[in-house]
Amino acid sequence: MNQKRALFTVKTILWVCALSPGAYLVNSLLRGSLGVNPVEKLTLWTGMTALVLLLTSLAVTPIRRISGWNLLIKLRRPLGLFAFFYASAHFVIWFAFYNIFDFGYMWADIVERRFITAGMAALFVMLPLALTSTRWAIRKLGKKWITLHRAAYLAGILGVVHYFWLVKADTRLPSLFALVLASLLGFRALQSRAAARIKLQRSSNQKG
Amino acid sequence: MIIRRKPDIASSEITPERTYLNRRHFVKKAAAAGVLGTALGPRALQGKTTLQELHPRFDSMTSEMDEPLNSYEEITTYNNFYEFGTRKSDPAENSGAFRPRPWKVEIGGMVNKPGEYELDDLLSGITMEDRVYRLRCVEAWSMVIPWYGFPLSALIDKVEPQPGAKYIEMKTIVRPEEMTHQRFPILDWPYIEGLRMDEAMHPLTILATGLYGADLPNQNGAPLRLVVPWKYGFKGVKSIQSIRFVEEMPINTWQVQNSHEYGFFANVNPNVSHPRWSQARETRLPGFRKDFDTMMFNGYTDQVQHLYAGMDLARWK
Repeated sequence: MNQKRALFTVKTILWVCALSPGAYLVNSLLRGSLGVNPVEKLTLWTGMTALVLLLTSLAVTPIRRISGWNLLIKLRRPLGLFAFFYASAHFVIWFAFYNIFDFGYMWADIVERRFITAGMAALFVMLPLALTSTRWAIRKLGKKWITLHRAAYLAGILGVVHYFWLVKADTRLPSLFALVLASLLGFRALQSRAAARIKLQRSSNQKG
Repeated sequence: MIIRRKPDIASSEITPERTYLNRRHFVKKAAAAGVLGTALGPRALQGKTTLQELHPRFDSMTSEMDEPLNSYEEITTYNNFYEFGTRKSDPAENSGAFRPRPWKVEIGGMVNKPGEYELDDLLSGITMEDRVYRLRCVEAWSMVIPWYGFPLSALIDKVEPQPGAKYIEMKTIVRPEEMTHQRFPILDWPYIEGLRMDEAMHPLTILATGLYGADLPNQNGAPLRLVVPWKYGFKGVKSIQSIRFVEEMPINTWQVQNSHEYGFFANVNPNVSHPRWSQARETRLPGFRKDFDTMMFNGYTDQVQHLYAGMDLARWK
């Protein structure tokens, strides 16, 4: 019971946190208070939120392992889906206002500008992950689902690269994102090495 | 000359009243609240008692292409001035402690009258005027701004450059105690920009000391900044502390930062793409859509194209 209540609380916090940037932007848009360059603000905020949520979703497993609080795993899917939601909004805003719904302009942007190439790639990596986050897909794909969803790390890398390449001079914030991502990847790498060692030991024990 | 004023036409005849009132929202609000002094700074009001006296001429002012002016609020709250932070709202928020007076400008290099000049001495005898220019940022947005200032050529004539001077180099002041982000190595401080001498002498090139007829706010480059309307906005070096006349082409800050993306000339050119932003179109702020076709030399082709005759503008970025 306590566990259930804790999960409910944590999930509520997640929903409020994840929805508030969107609510703030929609509210500001309606009130006309997005500032002198509304589209720049919309683009920046949706992109930043997507990236933060994506990295948070990647942090779930390490935090769970360290804290031993296994319930946290329930947050991974909503975090990933919210990240995809904001990344999609980010894309639509860019396509609608910067490329004024013109596929020719969009294609030229994707091909000519490497930060956009990286951003589009991140979105494309996230798309199948979002589509296969139903319970049905998880059951259907079995072990393959786990392998497929490791691509979330690839999306994270592409997202951070996208941000890094976009920034003109002040790389402090993208560097922070890169550092967080590197630690997450490092943690997973250490873990899988440890897991491999255990496996190796077991198999040699069996032989002996 | 490309400045056109229509002193005798009421703005209500040009712009629908609702748009007009909306555009003037900030000014109206300021006047109503009686906070004009705070908004424009006390110095700006010397000899002028009310905003009504200050601003009527701007009601009817447009660019030479009949474009309406951006509001004072838009021009002063959305700035690229990395010395005060890299977000557009940072300069307005972080520049309060900056002291643009007293101000000295160092004139040096190949010039007959070098020295450290008090700004007011340097400007004495020079006539100030309004200049409405489009400002086209390399980030593909633009505004229409009523600068207040004077042709750079007037200052150049005053200090008498020597024949060997081929370029002019200008630097922003370095005051990390007041310019909060000069404490971080974001760019290679001080900010440096330059012009070829014929560009510097061109009548369109101005040094601005104000906008909307009032002193420049700190976030816009007080007390003295460069404005070159046919070039991308980053050429407009702000809070100028040093002006040098040199033989070699100066290496400007953004070229140091990323020579692959930024060059010395930085002429607005819709045909030369940039690795970050397509330069073919721009967003005319405060609009939403990037659907304004960027004009060659930002629309000042007739006045400036002779400066670049025979030059490959795709190469000389």
